[in-house]
Amino acid sequence: MSKQELNRQQAEFQEYTRNWLAENAPAPSETRLPLSVIEVMQEAHRDYLQAWQLACYEAGLVGCDVPSEYGGGGHEGFQRIANREMSKAGTPYLLNVVGLSMAVPTILVHGTEEQKRRFIPGALRGEEIWCQGFSEPGAGSDMANQQTFAQKRGDEWVVNGHKVWTSLGHFAKWMILLARTSRDHKYDGLTYFLCPIAGHPGVTVQPLVKMTGETGFNEVLFEDAVIADDLRLDAVGKGWTVAMTTLTHERGAAEGAGSGGGDAIQPIDRLINLARKSRRDGVRASDDPALRDQIMQQAIIAEGIHQNQRRARVPALTDHPMRLPLQSKVSMTEFVQNNARLGVEIAGAASTLYKLDPAAPDAGYWPHAYMNSYGHTIAAGTNEIQRNILGERVLGLAKSK
Amino acid sequence: MASVESANDFGFGEDEQMLRDLARKFLAEHLPVQKLRTLVAGDSDAVYERGEPTSWDRELWKQIVELGWTGLAVPEQAGGVGFKLVGIAALVEEVGRHALPSPLIATLNATYVLGAAERDTAAAWLSEIADGASATLAITDANGSWEPSSCDVSARDQGDETLLSGSAYFVQDASKADLLVVLARREDALVLCVVRSDAEGVEISRDHIHDLTRDQATVHFADVRVAGDAVVSVSGVETLERAWPAVLVTVAADLCGCSEWQLQTTVSYAKDRKQFDRPLGFFQAVKHPLVNAMLAIDRAKSLVYYAACCIDEGADDALGPARMAKSAASDAGVFMSDRSVQLHGGIGFTWESDVHIFFKRSMHNQVLYGDGGYQRRKLADSLIGPIES
Repeated sequence: MSKQELNRQQAEFQEYTRNWLAENAPAPSETRLPLSVIEVMQEAHRDYLQAWQLACYEAGLVGCDVPSEYGGGGHEGFQRIANREMSKAGTPYLLNVVGLSMAVPTILVHGTEEQKRRFIPGALRGEEIWCQGFSEPGAGSDMANQQTFAQKRGDEWVVNGHKVWTSLGHFAKWMILLARTSRDHKYDGLTYFLCPIAGHPGVTVQPLVKMTGETGFNEVLFEDAVIADDLRLDAVGKGWTVAMTTLTHERGAAEGAGSGGGDAIQPIDRLINLARKSRRDGVRASDDPALRDQIMQQAIIAEGIHQNQRRARVPALTDHPMRLPLQSKVSMTEFVQNNARLGVEIAGAASTLYKLDPAAPDAGYWPHAYMNSYGHTIAAGTNEIQRNILGERVLGLAKSK
Repeated sequence: MASVESANDFGFGEDEQMLRDLARKFLAEHLPVQKLRTLVAGDSDAVYERGEPTSWDRELWKQIVELGWTGLAVPEQAGGVGFKLVGIAALVEEVGRHALPSPLIATLNATYVLGAAERDTAAAWLSEIADGASATLAITDANGSWEPSSCDVSARDQGDETLLSGSAYFVQDASKADLLVVLARREDALVLCVVRSDAEGVEISRDHIHDLTRDQATVHFADVRVAGDAVVSVSGVETLERAWPAVLVTVAADLCGCSEWQLQTTVSYAKDRKQFDRPLGFFQAVKHPLVNAMLAIDRAKSLVYYAACCIDEGADDALGPARMAKSAASDAGVFMSDRSVQLHGGIGFTWESDVHIFFKRSMHNQVLYGDGGYQRRKLADSLIGPIES
C-alpha cells in the first residue's frame, strides 16, 4: 500500500472513530469508577467495563492492527489513532489492559498457530481477562531472579511459587507467567507459560493492601499447580527473551488508552481549574506566581511528552531509534506524579482531607492520585532501572552491575 | 481536516532533511572543535584581560553565504528561498552543535522581522539579505527588556527623512552585521527602520561578554539619517510580535544543538575516564543525571519542531508553543551546562577543556529574549489568564 493510501485510510478511520465515540459513549457507571484500571475491584465495575470493551471491539476500535485471522482488524497504525481518540473523548478505560498491551503482542510473536487462535480473540473481546506474573518478593528490579519453579512431569509442568503485585489477578482467567525451569542458568533457566488462574487447582489469589488502603494488586500463590505443556509459550529456557518482548510492549505503551498513562494534556486543565477555585491567603491560588510557574512547567512537560511521541515517528529527526521510545515510561509516570503532587500543593489545607470528607476538593482526587502514582514509577521496571537502561542502551555508558 | 501526513512529521520532508544533512557534514568538516578552539579560545588574557574581540572565520562565512543559508528565511517574492522554519530549525541545531561564530542567527532573526513588516519597503532589504548581506536586530533598551514595547532610540522627521538618535543595547553580532534593523520611538508609535552599520553617525561600541562565539554591542545613533524607503514598519510592536515566535524558535534550536554537543561530549568522557577501576558512566551518580539531561533535551527539541511546524502552518497561536520551546531549551541548557562542567571533574573547570566554550554560548542563549522562567510567566498570562490584583 502506498504511503498516501495509508494516510488516507488512517484519516478516514480517525474520523470514523471520533464519530462512533461521540454517538456511543456509555452512560456513566452507577458508582464511580476508580482512577485507573488497575484499581478496579467491584464486580459491577468489571461487568460495566467488559461490556464497554466488547462494544469497542465490535466497532473495530480494539485489536485494529491484529491480523484478521485472529479476530483483529488487520490494519496498520490504526490502534494508536483509536487509543488517542478514546483518550480525547474521555471514554472509560479498557479493562483487559494486560491482555491487550502485553499478552496479545507476545503471543503474536512467540505463539504457535493454535495458541494464537485460542487466546487472542477472547483477549480482544475482553471476555478473558489476563494478569501478569513476573514480579516476586525477591525479583523486583532484578527480574531474572525468579524463584517460582516449574518442574516437568510427563506432558505437564508442576508449579510452586509466589507472585506479587498482580493487577487484575482477582478477575483473571489467565496469567502470563515467567517461571524458573532450571537452577543452573539465571537467564537461560527461565520459561514462559500461559497459566490458568480462576478456579484452577493449586492457585490462590489474595489481595494486597496498598498505602492508600485500597486493594487492586494481589499476590498469587502456586502450590503444585499443574500446567499442560501446550500452554508453554516458545521453547523451554527462552523465557527471558519472551519476557523482553512483553516488556517492550508494556514500556512502550505509555501512549493513549489503556496504558495507565493516558493523555498528558487534559491534566493541565484540571490543575488550572483547581487553582482557580482554591484560595491562598485570601486570593485565588491561580494568582500565586510560584504556583503559576509550576503549572506552566507541567504544561511544558506535557506538551513536550506529546511532541516526543510525534517526533518518535519521524526517523529523520531522531538520531537513535530507541532514544525516544525508551523514555516514555519514565517521562509519563513522573509527569503524572508531579502533576498530582502539584495538585496537592495547590489545594493547600484542603489537601489534608480524605475522599470520605465532603469538603475534599475534587472528591479527594489529588492526594489519592499522588499516592497511587508511585505504583507507576515503581512498576514495569522502576524508573531507576529505566534510567540504567537509557544510559546503557541509548547513551552507551558502562553497565551498572 | 489537515492532512494526517503534514501533522505527523512536522512537515519535515526530503528537502529539509537534505539541507540538515548537508549542514551537518559541512560543519563537521569545516569547523571541528579543535579549529573552533584555535579561533576563539587561543589566549584567555587576550579576551578577558585585554578585552580583544574573538576572531571568526570570514572565509567560512563566505562559503555559508554561497551555500545560501542567509537567504533561507527570505520569502520567495523577495528573491529568497522561503524555506520552512522546521528545516531552518534543524540547520540551526547543527550550527549550535558546532558553536559556529557568525552572524547567521542574527541575520535569520532580522529576516523574520523584515518579513513580518507591513510596508513594501521591506522587500528591497530582504533582497539584499538574499544576496548575502548580514543583519541584526537593534531593538533592546538599556534595561535589557525583552518586550518590544520599549526602546531608547528616538526618531524625528526632518523633511523626507527621519533622524535617529539614542542607543540600542544588547545588539547581537553587531560587529559582523551589514544592516541594523532598528526599533525607534516616533511620537506615540514605534517604527522599524533599516540602517547600514557603516552609516554616518552610527557608532558600534563592543560589549565585553563571556560568550567567545559571538559579539554583542551597544549601538549609538547620532542623528543618523534614514530615507523614507528605509522605514519598513510604522507599527513596530505588532511587526515584532508577528516575528517573535520564529525568533524564539531560532534561539531555542541553537540551544538544543549546544546541549546535544555537551551531552555527547560528556557521555564520551564518562566512557573513557576511569576512577576506582571503572569508567565514570558505571556510577549511577553520573549515569542518571546524563539520562535526565537527555530527557530534558529531547522534550526541548520536540517542542522546537512543534513550534516551527505551527509557524509554518500559520497556526493562530504560534507564540505559545514558541515560548514553551524557548523555556524548555533554556532550562535543558542550564542543566546540561551544569553537568557538563561538573561531570568532567577538574579538567572541566579549565581553560584548556572545550567544555567552557559551549557552556558560555549556552548561557548567553539561555537569557537571550527571555529565560525559562520569563517565558513561563508570559505563558501563564495566556493559559491561566492575567493575575487579578
